[in-house]
Amino acid sequence: MDSPQSAAESKKRFIALLCLLLSSSAAHAERIGDLTETSITEQALRFFSFSDPSLRLALLGCILLGLNCGLLGGFVVVRRMSLVGDTLSHAVLPGIALGFLWNNTKDPLAILIGATLVGGLSMLTVSAITRTTRLKEDAAMGLVLSSFYAVGICLIGMIQRLPSGNKSGIDKFLFGQAAAMNGSDIALMAITAGLTLLFVTFGYRGLLTLSFHRAFGESLGMPMGFLHHAMMLLISFAVVTAMQAVGVVLVSAMLIIPPATACLLTDRMHRVLILSAIIGVATAAFGAFLSFLGSNLPTGPFMVLAGSFVFAMAFLFSPQQGWLTRLWRQKTQKCRIERENTLKAMYHLAERRDFREEGITLLDLAEARREPLEQIRLQADELLRQKLATLTEDGSMLHFTPEGWRKACAVVRNHRLWELYLTNIMQYGADHVHDDAEKIEHVLGEDTVRQLERRLDFPQTDPHGKPIPGAREVHGSSKPKPAGMTGY
Amino acid sequence: MSPALELHDLTVSYAKKPVLYGVDVQVPQGALVGIIGPNGAGKSTMIRAIMGLTPISGGWVQIFGETFEKSRHRVGYVPQREQVDWDFPVNVMDVVLMGRYGRLGWLRRVTKEDKKIAEESLDKVGMLPFRNRQIANLSGGQQQRVFLARALAQQSDFYLMDEPFAGVDATTERAIVTLLQDLQSQGKTILVVHHDLTTAKEYFDHLLLLNMRLVAFGKTEDVFTMEQLQKTYGGRLTILSDVAAKVAQGEGMP
Repeated sequence: MDSPQSAAESKKRFIALLCLLLSSSAAHAERIGDLTETSITEQALRFFSFSDPSLRLALLGCILLGLNCGLLGGFVVVRRMSLVGDTLSHAVLPGIALGFLWNNTKDPLAILIGATLVGGLSMLTVSAITRTTRLKEDAAMGLVLSSFYAVGICLIGMIQRLPSGNKSGIDKFLFGQAAAMNGSDIALMAITAGLTLLFVTFGYRGLLTLSFHRAFGESLGMPMGFLHHAMMLLISFAVVTAMQAVGVVLVSAMLIIPPATACLLTDRMHRVLILSAIIGVATAAFGAFLSFLGSNLPTGPFMVLAGSFVFAMAFLFSPQQGWLTRLWRQKTQKCRIERENTLKAMYHLAERRDFREEGITLLDLAEARREPLEQIRLQADELLRQKLATLTEDGSMLHFTPEGWRKACAVVRNHRLWELYLTNIMQYGADHVHDDAEKIEHVLGEDTVRQLERRLDFPQTDPHGKPIPGAREVHGSSKPKPAGMTGY
Repeated sequence: MSPALELHDLTVSYAKKPVLYGVDVQVPQGALVGIIGPNGAGKSTMIRAIMGLTPISGGWVQIFGETFEKSRHRVGYVPQREQVDWDFPVNVMDVVLMGRYGRLGWLRRVTKEDKKIAEESLDKVGMLPFRNRQIANLSGGQQQRVFLARALAQQSDFYLMDEPFAGVDATTERAIVTLLQDLQSQGKTILVVHHDLTTAKEYFDHLLLLNMRLVAFGKTEDVFTMEQLQKTYGGRLTILSDVAAKVAQGEGMP
């Protein structure tokens, strides 16, 4: 699999780019550690020496959240529940504020419990709305998301006005700052990530069935309802624990971007999960790194930016579905068809002279293909590059190489076999088949050609009476043609 | 020998509106049954209710003389194709292996034996060459055959199939018919929701005519008569559905 490799590759470039961007502001920025004025390189070295304990903690937290969100996000995305993740992440905000108000400190457990309860309440509200009215789920979720979020913002505003609230760090939940996490935050995070890992490992088959086909799982007696609710609970844990590092608005991106990227790179569920976890960890750690380089900037946006960048790379270069990959494939295919057409034209010219003459002049070729001489010269150059033909020293005459001759025979054979198939088996008129064969000749595979031959009982000539080059010529197992034909 | 399926006074409602009324049926073991009826007759609902996928509001279901819970490992299910997202990241083999999941617990891994059974099932529906194919790259008929293979991998004695012939090509239709007869010759019991009256007589040895209530059940030659078909398809059951609508509307009334 080359996808993680390309992801790593692209990340290196991204680092370089962002380092440039940051270098101007970094000198004035406050940092996670206590070191003042340092250059970007020194700061990067410090990062990779992992000597700073607060940095180690923040990095560990990011890795855990990347893993947690990446794994659960895999199921969120394939189950088309991305909006659920977004709703949940916004709707838990009042719960976080209430958890804080419980005893006026940032106690991670109280916050987790408060947030989970409110998250559950938000999901119940969504299902109550969809069940009792004609509104569909998206409207219900949008409604719940925004109103719960508004309540949360009000509560947080209130907390910040409290004497104890000012330095509470509750505002870190809005935009995310990895350095704001302390030991007990990380411990809680490790526990929830561990739970997720166990859940996904041991419940994989059940979760796969739930995601692909819930009714079938129910008919088998698998605990679909339990798995669904356990997953929702773990998602809300993941969202709440990640929120301090990523921020309330962007945390759902950590559930969506890594698995969405993974879906572009592979098409098996277990690989989606593994890749998604890797991408999640990598982008989260990278966000922490950038935040460390210039820590005035919050962690969350950098994580999401890194994730979006990896996604963009996958979108453009994914081996199967990449946009540029597809363009490239189309272009190479077009070139191949062009080459094959030139070879075919050369074959026709040679055939017209009963394969007696030495080579094919570019002038003849230009006339046969009805194209200007310069165009033909370009095509000849292409054939030379591909070692399919040689050009005489004065540049006027082409000769097939053995490989070029085989390819020319193969194309002509495909063309004539297909014409014969259309006329004899599909009952087309002989004057209707040429255009179709012009397209098909380039795409027929060897297996299909053999089938065609068998079906047509190994024919010698096409509907227009011209001989069909045989398999022996195409595969070059015998001396194919008059000795004078190659340039050797 | 207890019947493969016994429904007693089975009633199912959606949002308090009954869609199946008091169905009494005893399907003998080894029968190949076509469930026939107009749209909205409750055919799919009946299948789902038998497996407990739709809550029943009255009556009971027994399979091989036991509740569904107890005999669920003897039941295989072929749902409608539209139920799933065919862009899902799994290949054909992954889907067919799901048929084995009912026999694996939380901890047991998929064994070679399971894989062998899955491959044999794929072979029976002529899909073995496609076993590593991503499911997004299958035709409708091939998707249907994958679902059949998954049910075969369940190695059940009683199969419930929801419109397996819907929207498939002639090749697949023939393949499915052959498979059904093959299963029947092994003594399996099969219930198939079917839409096409012209082929019903040829494909099934028993027919279950349904239109919100049971119209008739029996051997095809006894049941497939003009009179019975008219009873099944002869318009909506006006009084019944009127009353049903009233019941639904009056839900808030004392």
